[in-house]
Parts: sequence; C-alpha cells; structure tokens
Amino acid sequence: MFIIERRASRSTAFRILSPVAAVLAALVFGALFLKLSGFDPLAVYGGMWRGAFGDAYGLSETLVKAIPIALCAMGITVAFRMALWNIGAEGQLYAGAMAAAGLALSFPDSPAFVLLPAMVAAGMAAGALWALIAAIPRAWLGANEILTTLMLNYVAIFFSEYLIHGPWKDPAGFNFPLSPAFSEAARLPAFGDTRIHAGILFALAAAAILTVALRKTTWGYEVRLIGSNPAVARYAGVSIPRHILIAMAVSGALAGLAGMAEVSAITGRLQYGLSPGYGYSAIIVAWLAKLSPAGILIMSFLFGGLLVGGYAVQFIGVPAAAVNMLQGAMLFFWLAAEFFGSYRVSLRGRFREVH
Amino acid sequence: METGALIALLATAVSAGTPLLYAALGEIFCERSGVLNLGVEGMMLVGAVCGFLVAIETRSPAAGIIAAMLAGGALAAIHAFMTTTLRVNQIISGLALALFGTGLSSYIGKHLIGVPLPVGPVPMPIPGLSEIPLIGPVFFRQDLLVYASYLLVPLAWYWIHRTRPGLHLRAVGENPATADAMGVNVYRVRYACIIAGGMFAGLGGAYLSLFYAPCWVENMTAGRGWIALALVIFAVWSPLRAMAGAWLFGGIEALGFRIQILGAAVSPFFLKMLPYLFTILVLVAFTAWNRKKRIGAPEALGLPYERE
Repeated sequence: MFIIERRASRSTAFRILSPVAAVLAALVFGALFLKLSGFDPLAVYGGMWRGAFGDAYGLSETLVKAIPIALCAMGITVAFRMALWNIGAEGQLYAGAMAAAGLALSFPDSPAFVLLPAMVAAGMAAGALWALIAAIPRAWLGANEILTTLMLNYVAIFFSEYLIHGPWKDPAGFNFPLSPAFSEAARLPAFGDTRIHAGILFALAAAAILTVALRKTTWGYEVRLIGSNPAVARYAGVSIPRHILIAMAVSGALAGLAGMAEVSAITGRLQYGLSPGYGYSAIIVAWLAKLSPAGILIMSFLFGGLLVGGYAVQFIGVPAAAVNMLQGAMLFFWLAAEFFGSYRVSLRGRFREVH
Repeated sequence: METGALIALLATAVSAGTPLLYAALGEIFCERSGVLNLGVEGMMLVGAVCGFLVAIETRSPAAGIIAAMLAGGALAAIHAFMTTTLRVNQIISGLALALFGTGLSSYIGKHLIGVPLPVGPVPMPIPGLSEIPLIGPVFFRQDLLVYASYLLVPLAWYWIHRTRPGLHLRAVGENPATADAMGVNVYRVRYACIIAGGMFAGLGGAYLSLFYAPCWVENMTAGRGWIALALVIFAVWSPLRAMAGAWLFGGIEALGFRIQILGAAVSPFFLKMLPYLFTILVLVAFTAWNRKKRIGAPEALGLPYERE
C-alpha cells in the first residue's frame, strides 16, 4: 500500500519545473497518439514548431492568436480567483464582437478617434452584460454559473449567426453569411505589414492593471479572501453578491474586448467562425498560468503557437482537433504534477514520518 | 395542433430525451458518491464516435454500444484517478475532461464525417402495448435503447434508495468519514460510480450517433452533456425525476424542429437557442425552488476525501 502525505512546503525548483514537465508529458502522450494513428510524431512536432515559431510570419500569427486567448484568460482569472467558474468567455467574446460590429456598421462615416473608443466601450459593456446574465442568478440564488455561462455561449453564437444570415447580411455578399465590411475607421491599426494589432496593447495593459489590482487594492484583497475562505469574508463584512457581480462583469468585459479586437482588427466584419474556441483554450491557459496575469501572457503565446502549428500540419493530414486534445492533456498532466508537488507518496512502513 | 402531429411531437420528445436521460443517470450515480464530473460532454462525444466507428467496422450496433460504454468508462477512469487518488479540484479535472474528450472525438472522427451507418436503427414496436391510443405510439414504437431506459431508471432508483450498496453509495456522498468508519471503502465506491457514470454517458452518446442521428458529426452532442448536468439539479439527484425531466428537455428540442417544419416566421437560429435558454430558465427556477424546500446536492459533493 502507498501512503500519501502532504508536503510541508514546495521546493522552488519544483514550482518552476512542474509546468515544463506537464507540457513535455503531454507532448509525449500526443506523440504516442500520433504514432498510433500512423503519423511520424517528430515530423508533426517539427512541422508545428516551424509553422508557429520558425519564421517571422509564423511568430506574428502566433502573437495574433495569443491576443484573444490572453484577454479571455485574464477575464477568467478574475472569476476563478473567487472560485466563480466562468466558462462563458467564448460567448462573452461573441457578445463583444456583435456590439462592436453593430457600432461599426451603424456609423461607417464617423472618424476613427470616436468610433474605435466607442467600439471598445461597447464591446466591453456587451461582454460584461452577457456575463451578468449568469452572475445575477448566481449572486442571489446560487444558480450554477458553470452551466448558465456555458449555455449562454451557444445562445451568443446562434445570435451572431442570426445577424449574419438576417438583418446584418451583406447585400453585396453573394448570399454568403457575413456582414458588410467595416469602414477603415473601424479597423484597429496593425503593426507594419503583419496582422499583429493594437489588441496586443490591450492585453499588456490588462495584465499590468490586473496584477496591480489583484495585489495592491482592497478589491483584490477581498477577491482573494472570498476565493480562499468565503465564510471569513462574510464575517469580515464583505458583500459576496456584490463581488460576484463585479468579478463576472470584469471577466466578461475582458472577453468582450477580445471579441471587439477580433472583428475590428482581424476580420473587419462579423462572420462565421470568429473564434476557433479561444474562450475554451483560455480556461486551460488561465489554470496553467496559476491565475497569474504575467503567466497568462507567456502561456497564451505558447497556446497561440499550438494553434498556428496545428494549422501548419493540417496539410500533412493531422486533424486540427489534435491541438484541442493536446491542450486538454496538458491540463491533466499539469493537475497531476501539482499533486506530486504538494504530496509525498511513499510505501507504507518505510519512510513514515510524524507530522 | 392535430393529434397526429402531437403524437409525433411527443414521440420525438422521448427519443430526443433518451441521450440526456442516460447521461444524467450516469451523473446521478457519480454525484451521489460525492464527485462532480463536468466532463459529460466529452464522454458523450467520445462514446458517440467510438460507438459509430466500431458499429461501422463490425457492422453490429451492439458492438458499437459496448465500445461506446467502454470508451466513456475509460475517460471517466481518468477523472476518477485525478479526483479520488490525486484529490485534484473536481471542477478543473472535469473541465479538462470535457475539453480533452471534445478534441479526442473530433480527432477520431475525422474520417467518419458523412460515412453512412451500414446497419441503420430499427424501430421495434412492442406488440400489444404499441396499440394503446396515444401512449402506444409515443412510448412503445421506439427502439431498444429507449425501452432499456424504461427498465434501467426504476432499477437505478430502487438500487440507490432501497438496497444496501445503494445506502453505502449515499453515505459516501453525504458523509465519507462516517461511511469509512462503517467499513465502506470510500475510494472503491467513488471509482465504481465515476466509471459507471462515464459508461452511461458513453451510452447516451452512442444513442445519438447510432439511433437518433444516425451519423457522426463533429461536436454532435451540441451541449447535451452540459444540459444533462443541469437536468441532474432539476431532478434533485433522483433517477425518476431525471426521466421526466429528460422527456421535458427532449420535448423542447422536438418543439424546435416541429415549428421549423411548420414553417413559422421565426428565424431557425432562435429555435436552435430554445434548449439552451430553457436550460438556463429551469436551472435558475429549480435552484430557487430546491433552496426554498431545503433540498440540495449530496453533502460531500465536490470535496476530495482524505482519510485521517
């Protein structure tokens, strides 16, 4: 029999090495899977690496994908810190995209310096409102936010499909389901001739603001207190329902901002497949980054690379879903690594300790 | 609405509710033992695709069903190891399972899209019973897996509420330390229930790909795994109420199709939203109701058990 004991403290080396080990273990697992389905794992991983990080174009595309993932993951972090399981970033992203697109389509003649800030505000407000639909019944009735936020993802995506098939359909679009293109003023600027856009500044700013807000403000302290011990928080007079609403609104606003940036900078119109599941990848990113905004920036870059690398190896027949599977596997291995970081497993009767 | 249309609607409701029912039944076992498994969507998808693949290879739907159950059980075993042995946060492990399973099913099913099933589903009207007006065509002109649910649900209820192992199961979910002191092996019960839950989810998935659809489409469960989780709350962890709830949710889905066929002036996208909006409404209403009546989840739900 094994005995499992809690470790007194975690070693620093372990804390740094365990995420690396988890990613490596997931890659080994993925390699076994690829091998089983008849691919050469080294060729696939090589292709993914070259596609994502091998040249300037790959790197720029990796950054482009990292932007929405990072913004969504930061939103998720705010909620997760309070043990509020917002898994609706995907829908909140769509809500933000629809609101921003609505403004861009309604005011094609307004100048960029008015239109872009308005689109940012509208995108964030829409994301926040979408999250509040789930937050309000959670705050006062305790209705499970995991399920309501997830259901709202489907509703938001269907609503965007309704818009591009119906009222917002481009009359000159040869009957394709897409909205008319935005005016130039509604497009977030990109850097040079890459697709890397000003959204990257949003992500960096969000990381900086969140880091300070979570560490140095009363709000951040109360959020952490509720997350670790709601009973104590309540006893200390912290209003939990109010904090639930605030955290979910902030969470949704960041995902909404990601949606705004996607339609404004990348597609320039509302269309199908706005997000290949950024809101879901962001859940894994937030957790792998241990809910730290700086960690999220690094992990988002890695996950952006996974997506771009995944596209790059599709031409040799590897299904795009391999990447989703790999992301899920990373989370599993990371959870297992966490366990071995905080517990000691030994054989009964041998290394018995008194504690 | 004329009677024929009503009967068709209700019969579709039962059929559409069946995958939800199996998934919810599995989750009831799992949650009754004190473990939340949010990975239902992933397990259903992997069950659906494995069932479909094996049914095509062997030309036997029965082999497909067994494969789907094994696949669902295997995925659930990961969750069992994570939450029971490694004491990982159940919510995060479940989310990982949902995401992993979704990716895995698309990976496996890449070449199955558009492939027809060699042996299609056969409706099996029950002689005699199927002739009863209204009830007959709604309940007794279905397929084998629907009939199996009529038997399994009361059996599950009886097993949970009236047998000794069922008592142990409830004890483990309510108060694992006491159950442990009674001599019940908490870990073994939890492993068994989580894996059984996964097998039921896989079965629900196979019902979709082998009977209801019958085909493989990427992400074909379309959130049914999550709706099943809401159904468990609606059913207050009781198999009998889960059955009624599953048919109700199935009815909403069927209603969407029906309105579309009738050509009503509603956008099909709004009709597609119906099940999700209905789930939110029901979840909120029943959370409030359960709270008022002071009935709720098993006491130890979500908490890892650490033997002192």
